[in-house]
Amino acid sequence: METSFATLSPMARAAVPSTSTSFAPELVLWEERMPGGAHWSGLLRRGNTLRLTDLHGCANVSALLFNQEEKTERYNMPDTLKAQHTAYLTQGHVCYSDMGRVLCSIADDSCGWHDTMCGVLDAQGVRAKYGEARYQAHRNSMYRNGLDGFLVELGKWGLGKRDVVANLNLFSKTVADASGRLHFETAHRKPGQYVDLRFEMNVLVVLSTAQHPFDPAPGYDPKAVKLTAWRSGTAGADDPCRLSCAENGRGFINTERYFL
Amino acid sequence: MSQLLVESRLDPAQAAIDEVHPAGEPWMKTLQRGQILRIVDLEGNQAVDTIFYSAADPQERYSLTHTIQAQGGLYLGTGSQLMSSEGRPMLTIVADTCGRHDTLGGACASESNTVRYALEKRFMHNCRDNYLLAVAHAPQELDKRDVVSNINFFMNVPVTPEGRLTFEDGISAPGKYVEMRADMDLIVLVSNCPQLNNPCNAYNPTPVRFLIWDGV
Repeated sequence: METSFATLSPMARAAVPSTSTSFAPELVLWEERMPGGAHWSGLLRRGNTLRLTDLHGCANVSALLFNQEEKTERYNMPDTLKAQHTAYLTQGHVCYSDMGRVLCSIADDSCGWHDTMCGVLDAQGVRAKYGEARYQAHRNSMYRNGLDGFLVELGKWGLGKRDVVANLNLFSKTVADASGRLHFETAHRKPGQYVDLRFEMNVLVVLSTAQHPFDPAPGYDPKAVKLTAWRSGTAGADDPCRLSCAENGRGFINTERYFL
Repeated sequence: MSQLLVESRLDPAQAAIDEVHPAGEPWMKTLQRGQILRIVDLEGNQAVDTIFYSAADPQERYSLTHTIQAQGGLYLGTGSQLMSSEGRPMLTIVADTCGRHDTLGGACASESNTVRYALEKRFMHNCRDNYLLAVAHAPQELDKRDVVSNINFFMNVPVTPEGRLTFEDGISAPGKYVEMRADMDLIVLVSNCPQLNNPCNAYNPTPVRFLIWDGV
């Protein structure tokens, strides 16, 4: 007999909320504006949601996710895409670690498509695309790149190059044609679009707001986002992310078992 | 849609290494700059999960995101450069009679099998077990942090413009091969995939053949 939510022990089922909680302003924990091109890291604990808001409608947020308690467990793009039979992420999807657990679930999304296969640019890539702008002449408008942003933040937690794996690129849409060539699309974007990442584990989140590698904008012009943490609780028994496919039902069982 | 098929002119009789490798086991070899590696899909539609490391510094490793960025596309074929995490070419595919190889499917694992199929499938053999075994015994200091997302030679994982991704029946066939030239000194780590729960191995994991020629 295959394990499902219905066959779990009463104690395991009792640990899951009956339903999920929607956003309300009184649930906000903290809020921070993150400039374009910047880097950030922090802990998002199980039961808290990070709402990222694309203020101008053309931001990119590159993200890496790690189980805070065991940082060798990290966001795994192939496991995430193949379990959910998707090449992009939106509401109803989850972000899987390489250990079959849900790091975060996408509980709400007004953007509709988030890339996770194109990576980040490094210093060489930014130089080749936009030229050079260093601190001496440009101060805090110096050109930054996603890889160096990741490495600086990872270093604060004792991590480094070996921990850089395929990342999320929130608010960016790349579409594959029949021959597999990727095209960056922008028509769907709007200022104020947001995505809610509901954390189902205690997760180290590493962010960079550097431009997407395939951003067609002619110059270096990374955009700001707003970070809003709010107390959502974890996914309820009737949550759409849990129910969107049988795979996710099992992923949530794996995750909840880790906290029993 | 398959990419350009290009046959090799190399003679297996001249190969420095020529060995058949069974399904479900890891294979780890060093490859010197200029050498040519051919992987032969002996019985057709066998997924060959492959990671490359720089021999000089294994912290530099194959990167799917650098590879996708460099070619602007998802599928590997003749002419594809397999890029490292430092943005340097590690290998170049110089011949290919299959037509398409995968960058997104990753390796099967005990944990992802419990998600994808059933919690009860946790104990089925899988590629991640092969990788962890190989690095545990390897002379180099490698561990789970070095086990990154691999190439799947001969595997067909099409992505649609609507953003669907599925493991489809393979387009490979008995005797198809992919051949690549090493652009730096490398360590090659392969898991000859044992997955039985989806069509990546046509539900029948089979042996592959590895040949290595010295460069000219």
